[in-house]
Amino acid sequence: MSEPNLPAGVERREIGGETRLATRGPPVYGEPTADGWRAWDPGRSKLGGMFELGFETGLSGGETVLYLGAASGTTVSHVADFAGPTYAVEFAPRPARDLVEAAEPRDRLFPLLKDARTPKRYAHVVESDVDAIVQDVATRGQAEVAVRNARFLADDGRLLLAIKARSEDVTVEPETVFEGALDRLRETYEILETQRLDRFHEDHLGVVATPK
Amino acid sequence: MTDTDDNAGWFAGDESALRARIVDGEADEPRDWPGLAVESGFADSRDDYYDRLHETSVAATREAVRERERADDQQLVHAVRAMDDCERTANELAERAAEWAGSLFDDAEPGIEGARAVADREPTGELERRAVSLAARVVDLAAERDALAETIDRIAPAVAPNLAEMAGAELAARLIALAGGLEPLAKKPSGTLQVLGAEDALFAHLSGRAPSPKHGIIYTHEYVRNTRPEDRGSASRALAGKLTLAARVDHYSGERRETLHEELRERMATIRARAKDESDAAAEGDA
Repeated sequence: MSEPNLPAGVERREIGGETRLATRGPPVYGEPTADGWRAWDPGRSKLGGMFELGFETGLSGGETVLYLGAASGTTVSHVADFAGPTYAVEFAPRPARDLVEAAEPRDRLFPLLKDARTPKRYAHVVESDVDAIVQDVATRGQAEVAVRNARFLADDGRLLLAIKARSEDVTVEPETVFEGALDRLRETYEILETQRLDRFHEDHLGVVATPK
Repeated sequence: MTDTDDNAGWFAGDESALRARIVDGEADEPRDWPGLAVESGFADSRDDYYDRLHETSVAATREAVRERERADDQQLVHAVRAMDDCERTANELAERAAEWAGSLFDDAEPGIEGARAVADREPTGELERRAVSLAARVVDLAAERDALAETIDRIAPAVAPNLAEMAGAELAARLIALAGGLEPLAKKPSGTLQVLGAEDALFAHLSGRAPSPKHGIIYTHEYVRNTRPEDRGSASRALAGKLTLAARVDHYSGERRETLHEELRERMATIRARAKDESDAAAEGDA
């Protein structure tokens, strides 16, 4: 069942008559389930989209993860299903309320009501040398957020980033926005792979990077 | 803020304050917290550490969410007014402290920074003790002002998510304070929001003594301030229009609405493109 680019704990399963990406854990947002597996909708999750598109994420399962922009916990709940200790940072109280509910039954998912732009405010909780940072924040300065959070990442760790062009500047071509963001990232990271996520998320670029 | 030093984890210190430290604590850099927690005896093993972190972070974040959702527009109004009072008083008192310190010490500098230097001195004699103590009050007031600004940063997005995103936490709080609350702000026409904080200029205009003001407190917004003067009227009008809608969405629905923010960014780009078009045209004319 498992494929080379999917971590252990992420599989394609038969759910509701379709073969779908899935993880095993308590349901969170009314997603379809079968035999304890929950469908992971790549149209609702940037990381799900990256797996569907065959990105080399470097994840094999059981990693320590820092997730920035956890929102109501849709994606991070799947991450916590296959990863190890998972820190979920979200700044807005309303979605964070749902995030707490998703975290409650997952004993290695730690919800934090924090602003991803100020890592100092959670550096006393999130451990150093995490294996992966997953980032999906829809504010301006997405590359800057990734750079500031590089301090948490192990030297051989992976940054899995979705850049939303429209959050940076709606008047500039997405390509130009992406170039600018990648330039900023290259000051701290080595870019390993980039691919547009348009099949699932319009005007988004998926990026895999590792610290320089 | 907690009293622990900048390199301690959330688990260092008093057991009863663990949740509070998850919410309010900070550290300059992350460290191997699970390892350090085991070493210090806080947890028996890494697994035990993660169990405790899970329990504490879920409870702390649930409380923090509740707290922030409870924070209402009136709390924001109190906070922004208190911040302004602290700032004004600190500056006034700093002047007094500097004048006094200047008569006692050779190298006394003016302002809050000057007060900070004086406050660090070892005073000798009663007069120096009083002058140094006064400077210390100035420093405390300035710190309180900064703490209030941080609180505003934290609660404004809960009270008015769209307004805070569009205007920034501080300006959002000021607009709400000037209107007397989020509801009154949501009920104002955009032309009123545009000149909130410029009441003197507005009344001068209404009594026929002056042109109508282009902007009030929204002048502090980057979209107005960093637009060239001849386009600032358009920029303030566009910004005020969207801020009004943001306040209404915040008051009546409370959901974040991305399209509002995109529309404003597009509109601002159009307005700013005028300056570029004209300079391009001028350049062509020169050629």
